[in-house]
Amino acid sequence: MANMYHVDTSEILETIRMVQMENLDIRTITMGISLRDCCRSDIKATAAAIYDKVTRLGQDLVPTGEMIAQQYGIPIINKRISVTPIAMVAESSGVDDYALIAHALDKAAMEVGINFIGGYSALVHKGMTPGDRALIESLPQALSQTERVCASVNIATTKAGINMDAVALMGHIVKAAAAASAEQDGLACAKLVVFCNVPEDNPFMAGAFHGVGEPECVINVGVSGPGVVLNAIRKKPNCDFGELASIIKQTAFKITRMGELVGRAASERLGVPFGIVDLSLAPTPAIGDSVADILEAMGLERCGTHGTTAALAMLNDAVKKGGAMASSYVGGLSGAFIPVSEDAGMIAAVEVGALSLDKLEAMTCVCSVGLDMIAVPGDTPAETIAAIIADEAAIGMINRKTTAVRIIPVPGKQVGDHVEFGGLLGHAPVMSVHNFSSSAFIARGGRIPAPLQALNN
Amino acid sequence: MTEKKENRIIVSVLGVDRVGIIAAITAILAKAEANILDISQTIMQGQIFTMIMVVDMSGAAVSFDTLRKDLTDKGQELGVQIMAQHEDVFKFMHRI
Repeated sequence: MANMYHVDTSEILETIRMVQMENLDIRTITMGISLRDCCRSDIKATAAAIYDKVTRLGQDLVPTGEMIAQQYGIPIINKRISVTPIAMVAESSGVDDYALIAHALDKAAMEVGINFIGGYSALVHKGMTPGDRALIESLPQALSQTERVCASVNIATTKAGINMDAVALMGHIVKAAAAASAEQDGLACAKLVVFCNVPEDNPFMAGAFHGVGEPECVINVGVSGPGVVLNAIRKKPNCDFGELASIIKQTAFKITRMGELVGRAASERLGVPFGIVDLSLAPTPAIGDSVADILEAMGLERCGTHGTTAALAMLNDAVKKGGAMASSYVGGLSGAFIPVSEDAGMIAAVEVGALSLDKLEAMTCVCSVGLDMIAVPGDTPAETIAAIIADEAAIGMINRKTTAVRIIPVPGKQVGDHVEFGGLLGHAPVMSVHNFSSSAFIARGGRIPAPLQALNN
Repeated sequence: MTEKKENRIIVSVLGVDRVGIIAAITAILAKAEANILDISQTIMQGQIFTMIMVVDMSGAAVSFDTLRKDLTDKGQELGVQIMAQHEDVFKFMHRI
């Protein structure tokens, strides 16, 4: 077997180039941990049980991730933990202030060395239990008093419709979270995602939680790599869409294989089952690591101009087709992300007036995941924020896909101002919203019935 | 998975060509008792030195971590970039 150790030189150089020059990395290894055995009748005992379990199961996550990164020479940017939605775990304690739990999660995250822990969450798409309500009402306090806790609330599904009471409440909660963290420009809102059709195995923050159908403990991986796709496209400036799709597919395949490799290695070394690879193109504020840049490389002068939705639809589909071949288990959000503050190209497009909130909404019809990391004026009414959430939820509900809203009404800021969130959360120009009122619509309350799309049995 | 496969690494060297790059790297590998299975070396665009080595670590006297550190240090000394990565990365990325 003379060629048993044959490895193609050009393939090796390609891999090295992707990592060294094109920002290919594994965005996150996320360990999902079930907290269903942490329910106690006393909230302090619940918090203690949660802290103990997260630190016990999560203690080897960071060192293992670092070891894998070194051995394979592939950067693993984030190591994170997601947990069972806290509304379910804390409800048995009977109290209505869950901040203690948020502090326990924050402390556990710090102890094991991770930057975010997700799952301070409630699923209320059809209605709320007392625990769900208590959790939602604690969000402004919990998110402004902790550093690493991420929260999400699912307010709609294709099967249940849209819980408009929850939508209305979330408009007020987002405003209250911004007010509670006014000194940090509403940073608490950057850790709060409002979902429709939330996936139970998403490894990406801020929306990650450990779903009720998941095992005791699981490893999920999120890949990245807009820079790699960008460079592949730039090499072929004149090819037609068939060839372009093929280039994106091949690149996505390679990116996803890295995720699969790292996920399997982490699973084996931690002795925890491997869940899924999330095939997402997740941008970072680094120059060149941008989804907007990819759309512009396809031939658009600026992201947000006419043609952007079509370009994004094709990109998203080609990424999925390439990625699906590369992994045994695909899940999570799986699609291109378009977070404004985390993508240098999106920020630039907003600043020159090419990209508006309305265009972003259209773009979310064809990609994962939704209106993400968008700063709006601090005086935006709660009902307007609720109506923005309702619009996104409607897109998700009708199209049987995940949509989400992560919006920051920045206290004291106006359109044209700039907000700095720091690190991976990036910075954002404040975008304008429509000034006509939606309050009478939101005030109706109740539930928008599940659409015909739900009747597929 | 056989033990042999588990223990193969790829050493890649990229940088400006100069005298003694191969000698320095092979000396480290010999000292570590790591067996070189394959070498491919080219000068890209007339000036960038590129070398790829497939190295068997199954009989090595030192750990992969130690060897990787020794190679990286030597790379800094020589002014070239030396990476040592587990072979699986390359196999996995391009094929099923």
